[in-house]
Formats: sequence, C-alpha cells, structure tokens
Amino acid sequence: MSILVLAEHHDGVLAGVTAHVVAAAQAIGGDIDVLVAGEDVGAVADAAARLDGVRRVRVADHAVYAHQLAEPLGALLAELAGDYTHVLAAATTTGKNVLPRVAALKDVSQVSEIVEVVDADTFRRPIYAGNAIATVKSADSLKVITVRGTGFDAVGESGHAAIESVDTVVDNSQSTFLKQELAQSDRPELAAAKVVISGGRGMGSGENFTLLEGIADKLGAAIGASRAAVDAGFVPNDMQVGQTGKIVAPELYIAVGISGAIQHLAGMKDSKVIVAINKDEEAPIFQVADYGLVGDLFEILPELESKL
Amino acid sequence: MKVLVAVKRVIDYNVKIRVKADHSDVDLTNVKMAMNPFCEIAVEEAVRLKEKGVATEVVAVTVGPKAAQEQLRTALALGADRAVHIETDARVESLAAAKLLAKVVEAEQPGLVILGKQAIDTDNNQTGQMLAALAGLPQGTFASEVVVENDKVQVTREIDGGLQTVELTLPAVITTDLRLNEPRYAKLPDIMKAKKKPLDVKSPAELGVEVESRLTLLKVESPAERKGGIKVGSVDELVDKLKNEAKVL
Repeated sequence: MSILVLAEHHDGVLAGVTAHVVAAAQAIGGDIDVLVAGEDVGAVADAAARLDGVRRVRVADHAVYAHQLAEPLGALLAELAGDYTHVLAAATTTGKNVLPRVAALKDVSQVSEIVEVVDADTFRRPIYAGNAIATVKSADSLKVITVRGTGFDAVGESGHAAIESVDTVVDNSQSTFLKQELAQSDRPELAAAKVVISGGRGMGSGENFTLLEGIADKLGAAIGASRAAVDAGFVPNDMQVGQTGKIVAPELYIAVGISGAIQHLAGMKDSKVIVAINKDEEAPIFQVADYGLVGDLFEILPELESKL
Repeated sequence: MKVLVAVKRVIDYNVKIRVKADHSDVDLTNVKMAMNPFCEIAVEEAVRLKEKGVATEVVAVTVGPKAAQEQLRTALALGADRAVHIETDARVESLAAAKLLAKVVEAEQPGLVILGKQAIDTDNNQTGQMLAALAGLPQGTFASEVVVENDKVQVTREIDGGLQTVELTLPAVITTDLRLNEPRYAKLPDIMKAKKKPLDVKSPAELGVEVESRLTLLKVESPAERKGGIKVGSVDELVDKLKNEAKVL
C-alpha cells in the first residue's frame, strides 16, 4: 500500500493537524508520502520531512497553488493519485474543500472525517452530528479520505524524509483569490490546544470575553465559543466549537455560560476532562461535565483566574 | 441567469435519532423528515438572487424517493419556479448524486448551482465539490456571502482561520454555510400556489447514470455515552479537583 497525505499549512508554517493525518496513514500501513503544495513552501516541506513515518515529501511550489484553491489543487492531487492506494487530508476547511474534487475526478467515493482505521478498507466515522458512529468499507481501488485530527495522536518529529519536487503545473482560469481576513492571535489554535475555554450566550457580550482571556493566558488555552455566542455577534465565527464549527478534544475543556446544545456537545464531548460553569443548574452541559460549578460566571471567573 | 438549487430530504434536525437494534443503520421509520437546513439556506439565497433581479429563474432539484417531492414543494413554496425530481429508492452516495446533478446541469445550463455544504444525516460535505469537478466548474464552498457581478461571482467563505474571498467565473457551484442568510417561512398562499408549479420526474436511467454503491455500511452504533460527573461547591474545590483528581492543571 502507498499513501499520499496532503500537508495542511498556513503562512509558511506546517499545521499541527498534518502530524495527526500521518498517524492515520500509519494506522492504515504502507509507504507514506506527503504532498506540500503552495507558493514558497520550502520551510513547510522541511517541517513535513521531520514527521515520523514519512518516506518522501513531494513539493509542488508554484504560484498557481498559492492559497491552495480547490480547482488547481484538486487537479494536481488527481494527477498524482494514480501512484497511490490512499489519498488523505485533514478534515479542515482546506481538506473538505479539495478532496471531494479529487474523488470525483478519479471516479471514486470519499470517506469523510474518519476517527478510526479498522483496516486498510474499513473506517469508523461519526454521522448525524456524532450521534451515531458508522463503520464503512470502501470497495474502491483508490480510497480518498478526510481525517478528523482529534481521532489520532500526532506522530513525532524525529524523521528525515527525502524531499523531491513535483513539476506538474496545472492551469487555473476559473478561480482567483481576492482576500483573507484571519483572526490574529498569540494563543494556540483551537483544534490543537491542550486546554480550551469557551464562552456561550451567558457571557452577555463580546467585551465580557476578556474575562476568559486572563484564565486562557494562565493555562495556555485557546478561546472558543458556542454557536449562540457567534450568532449573537459576540465573537467571530472562527471561534465556534461545535458540529458546524471546530471539533476539539483537549485535555481540559472549560465551558462558561454554555447551556450545552447538542450541536455544541458534538464539537467537544471527546475532551478528556470537561468543566462547566453555568448559573442554570438544569443546563444540559452538566450532564457531560466531569466537574460542574453552578453560579454567576461574573463572580466565578475573576476568582478562578486569581487562584490558578 | 438561471439558478439551480439542490435540496435533500433528511431527518428533521429537531429529532433525536435512534440506532436500529440490529445496528444496520439509523432507524427512520415514522420519523419526521424535512428539508436539510443547509439546503433551506441554498433555496433562500437563490430566491433572494431572483428578488434582486440577478436570477431570472430558480429551478429546484432533488434526488430521492417519491416522498422527496414534499421537499421540492417546499422549495416551490419558498419561491422556486419549477422543480426536477430524480426519483430513486436506492441509497444514493455523494458521487452518484453528483453524477445525477451534473446531468441536470448539462441539460439546464444554469449560471449558478447552489447546494447546502453538507446534509445533516451522513455529514459527508462532498456533493457540491464533486459536482463542480464533474461539471468542470469552479466552486465557492462554505459561503457566507455571495455577490454576482457581470459574469463573475465573489464568494466569501468561512474557513478555519476566518474568512476568505474568492472570485469565480460563471457558471459556478456554491455551497452554503450557516451564516449566509436566514431562510424565510413559506406562507400559506404560497404553499397553495406551489402545488400548481411544474414538477418534472426523471429516473437515473433516463439521465444515463447508474446509481451504484461503493461504500458498504457495515455497522452503525451509538457513540460511547459520556457520564456526568459531580458538582463542586466552590472555585477552590474546582481548582483542587483539577489539580489532584483529574491532574490536568
């Protein structure tokens, strides 16, 4: 078996989730190559070559792959896929955008967001917003798969894979990148953080999210939000944890002023330890929390910050 | 410009699902069904484009059993002009759905195709992208804003780190994210009118597509239940438990 993993990267840095996708590839077994596609991605390729278990890093460095638009990246992956039995990408907005194009161009199905490898053809994946887990077996000769990073522990970084360039350059006259507005933050990214503290509608306003920042600073935590908080305009959508936002599974998840709607639980219930702080003792979040504290978050948060 | 909008019949999003006792699938007997929420957003966007004078005609399409005509009638009540039903009782995977939709795109020649980004049953998030690839079209997935200008469309996309805006040549495929719009409710007179709007029924065979399964569903299980823990009485107790019992601080 031979597996091609699409590297995820942003601003010239390899994204942490790639090490989780390589781990999924190891669970399948076989030779593992990583494709780094983009513009000026030398440093990304070097980082990918250090991932344990990688045989070879293939680098397609060209302006047409800048911003990893789906049309050229899909065409490139479809061309390279002929050498492989499996093509894997992270189930991020990049992977979800491009991989179905690859599957369609190769006339094969895709298995989305796997959380477990049973064998080289068989995978487990959540359906119905995580309210059921399906085991599916693919009959296609090429398996195209997106991987939920939280399902696999990251591989280490002690490897020395060979780096080769890919000369394939595809045309793209259909799509153009115009602009990107990315949240600026010194905190760890949500999906990779070991501690996440999230605020919900109970926070009352966007300004009140500063109450979470002091605690996040002390714990090295990422800050998230429920859909209710995002829809209320408190914080931007990239902070949303849940079925339609980010899926997180940190060591510690602290839910503040979050009632625990099923779609929020779908995004965080695999966290190791869950703490809920809510004034409503009947809130459903307490049914999944390891430690619940009933009370006024505006009193509890400053006290918690001072005692950490 | 014609806009084609694809909709899917799924379990109503308010229904708590049950896994069948034999673990063969989720039990859908006597369960309330509805239009997939992301598809409602797609219909709303198409209708708004018509109201703005950008679209001249909105055509709704679905793939599914006879009962899926209910969802097409809903789309017609919300403002679609006519509907196409590709009728099949088979389990239709994303690739087969995309092949069927590609045939409709070929026949209808729309300027835009709008779909939901994913269906809330299988959570695949594939069909729009597959359709775009099969039809040789560019795609704007997870859209939170769509602006059509001249012969191009600017799509603002919800990506993991924030927002990204791309410009696509027309025709193009768009998939909707939650914040693109807030769908309206159908009014009673429109529901009555929708019953008289044209609805064409076609079979996959007429479109020259074989609906085949590549994926076998071996088993469906309920996820491991998470047990609730304890309530603590104070911040001090919480910090103590996190340090000494859970050992995460």
